[in-house]
Amino acid sequence: MLIGVSVALFALGLLGVIARRNVLVMLMCMELMLNGVNLSLVTFAQQTGAAAGAVLVFLVFVVATAEIAIAIPIVLLLVKRKEVLDLDAYSDLKG
Amino acid sequence: MSLLTAIVLLPLAGFLLNGLAGNRLGSRFVSTVGCGLPIAAFAVTLKGVFDLHAAGWAPRIEDVYAWLVAGDNRFEVAFYLDRLSAVMALIVTGVGSLIHLYSIGYMKDDKSYARYFAYLNLFLFFMLLLVLGRSMLVLFVGWEGVGLASYLLIGFWFEDPDKARAGKKAFITNRIGDAGFLLGMFVLYQAFGTLDMDRINAAFLTGAAAPAVSATLVGLLLFVGASGKSAQIPLHVWLPDAMAGPTPVSALIHAATMVTAGVYLVARMSGIYMNAPEASAVIAGIGAATAFFAATIAVVQTDIKKVLAYSTISQLGFMFVAAGVGAYGVAIFHLYTHAFFKACLFLGAGSVIHAMSGEQDVRKMGGLARKIPVTFATFTLATAAIAGIPPLAGFFSKDEILWFAFASSRGGSGLLFATVATTALLTSFYMFRLVWLTFFGRSRMTAEAEHHVHESPFSMTSVLVVLAGLSAIGGFLSIPHFLEPQLPLPAIVPALEHFETPLLIVSIALAFGGLAGAAFVYGGAPGRAERLSARFATLHRVLSGKYYVDEAYEALIGRPLLWLSERVFLRIGDRLMFDGSLHGLAALGRSAAAGFARVQNGNLHFYALLVLVGIVGSIAWGWRHV
Repeated sequence: MLIGVSVALFALGLLGVIARRNVLVMLMCMELMLNGVNLSLVTFAQQTGAAAGAVLVFLVFVVATAEIAIAIPIVLLLVKRKEVLDLDAYSDLKG
Repeated sequence: MSLLTAIVLLPLAGFLLNGLAGNRLGSRFVSTVGCGLPIAAFAVTLKGVFDLHAAGWAPRIEDVYAWLVAGDNRFEVAFYLDRLSAVMALIVTGVGSLIHLYSIGYMKDDKSYARYFAYLNLFLFFMLLLVLGRSMLVLFVGWEGVGLASYLLIGFWFEDPDKARAGKKAFITNRIGDAGFLLGMFVLYQAFGTLDMDRINAAFLTGAAAPAVSATLVGLLLFVGASGKSAQIPLHVWLPDAMAGPTPVSALIHAATMVTAGVYLVARMSGIYMNAPEASAVIAGIGAATAFFAATIAVVQTDIKKVLAYSTISQLGFMFVAAGVGAYGVAIFHLYTHAFFKACLFLGAGSVIHAMSGEQDVRKMGGLARKIPVTFATFTLATAAIAGIPPLAGFFSKDEILWFAFASSRGGSGLLFATVATTALLTSFYMFRLVWLTFFGRSRMTAEAEHHVHESPFSMTSVLVVLAGLSAIGGFLSIPHFLEPQLPLPAIVPALEHFETPLLIVSIALAFGGLAGAAFVYGGAPGRAERLSARFATLHRVLSGKYYVDEAYEALIGRPLLWLSERVFLRIGDRLMFDGSLHGLAALGRSAAAGFARVQNGNLHFYALLVLVGIVGSIAWGWRHV
């Protein structure tokens, strides 16, 4: 059941990243995906009794924190330029 | 340094010195180096021949180095001096040196004086490589090298497109012969694992070769090469055009030495031909046909050098007749006497051309005998020699060829004799015709040309005198006898032995008959020649057109080849297939890149979607396959 929840979380997050246009919402959806993965890790760890899965969760937390710490300033800088949160407005940033 | 190597390398040194530094060091240096080194080579050759004599004529072999070692295959550069190559080397360096000396006077005003001597020395180097090489491979390198030197010297005045074209024609025609030569070498190497000519000959003579390889096949293949180099039918077309080069070049390369390389090859590989009567019959037949047809063409030519060129082809035909009936020594004998009198004739023609300020048409000459007496005397002597008037050199060699063509037990026949005898008559006729038109009769020159006529300088006339002297007495040295231990003469058919004296008389009669004919037609009442050519107008036209061989080659080979190259190879092959496929690939790359570039549109959602597709795709693939 917990696996089902984690898959649902992940799928919701992915759908949000693809479908929503608001940058902040997309970031939050990414967190959802990460948490879906975390949940699956914890579940498997508990089922098999291996501690490694639970430890990996902490690693994911750290990485997610770091990612957000970089992503939010990028978003701030973007918004400063154009004052919109719609990601499509920034597609001219392609190489 | 060893002796034979020195002979070969001396002219090469001359080539390098003159070629690299000649222009800067002035013409005195060029002449000294250009003539001195060939003369030195001649001296060393003489020394080598004396050493050979002292050693009882045992062949002298000098290994220089292993050129190529690949597994069990070894190709060595080695030089080989025996009776045959000694005769050849003496002719090449001796006549070669004389012609170098003559060139000093003939070429002194040319702006490319150093280049001329460099090429001439280069030619001598390759010719000596050809003559002295022990292996066929070395011979072949020399063979190709003299072709190169010939090409360079025919096209010496390359600013004139006609002359450059004549050089190309000579080179390409020779290539066809070389293909046959190469194939012959491949066959021999496959059979024996060596290309050393003495070993191959020995294998054929002892009969060890008989099961390994067909002598007829090899003999014919090698003769294809020989016929290219020695201008025999059907590859004779290049030699008349080769007269575009400076006249001393015609004398050295296209009369005395290089064109006789084919005869030398046949004589050198006589072991093969002794076992190949069919190939020998082909050689004799082609030789006789070439001799006859070239002589008929020479009768109507009006360019003094063209007459001599066809005469050379015809005389080479004589040599091949001798080689074809097994009298290799006689072939070399004629080669040797021919080198003297034909070089003398060419150089004499050069002296005439020099006197006439470049005019080569005999119809515009006449009456030169008294104005250039030395040239006249030497030219006439050489003419008498080639016509076969006793006791000059040509008489002996030609008489022996006639005799063996008739009575040799290795393919002599009445038909062969008749052809060769008719040719001898024609030879005498057209050569004396040339003398009459050039030196006798009334002058047909323009007043201006007549005013300029002058005898050539001493450096030229002295060479003429020496060569004329050699043409006169050269026949007393019996080369066939000298070569007999190495190249035995064929047995005479016993029933024909008592014909020797009658044939000698026939031979003399032919020479004087030609002389009388020429005297009658060209020396008698004016207009006889014109009436004769009007009477046989068709024949005259065919002969003047050289039997239209060039035209036939153009129509049968040249034009179809051009069509094939243009339509098939250029349009379909090159433009459609090669260019088309490469351009197609380039277009494919460009359009694919354009397609992929559209993916990078800056839309993050789209990227994410692609990632999703990727993940789902890989999971699906993994699920199905793992």
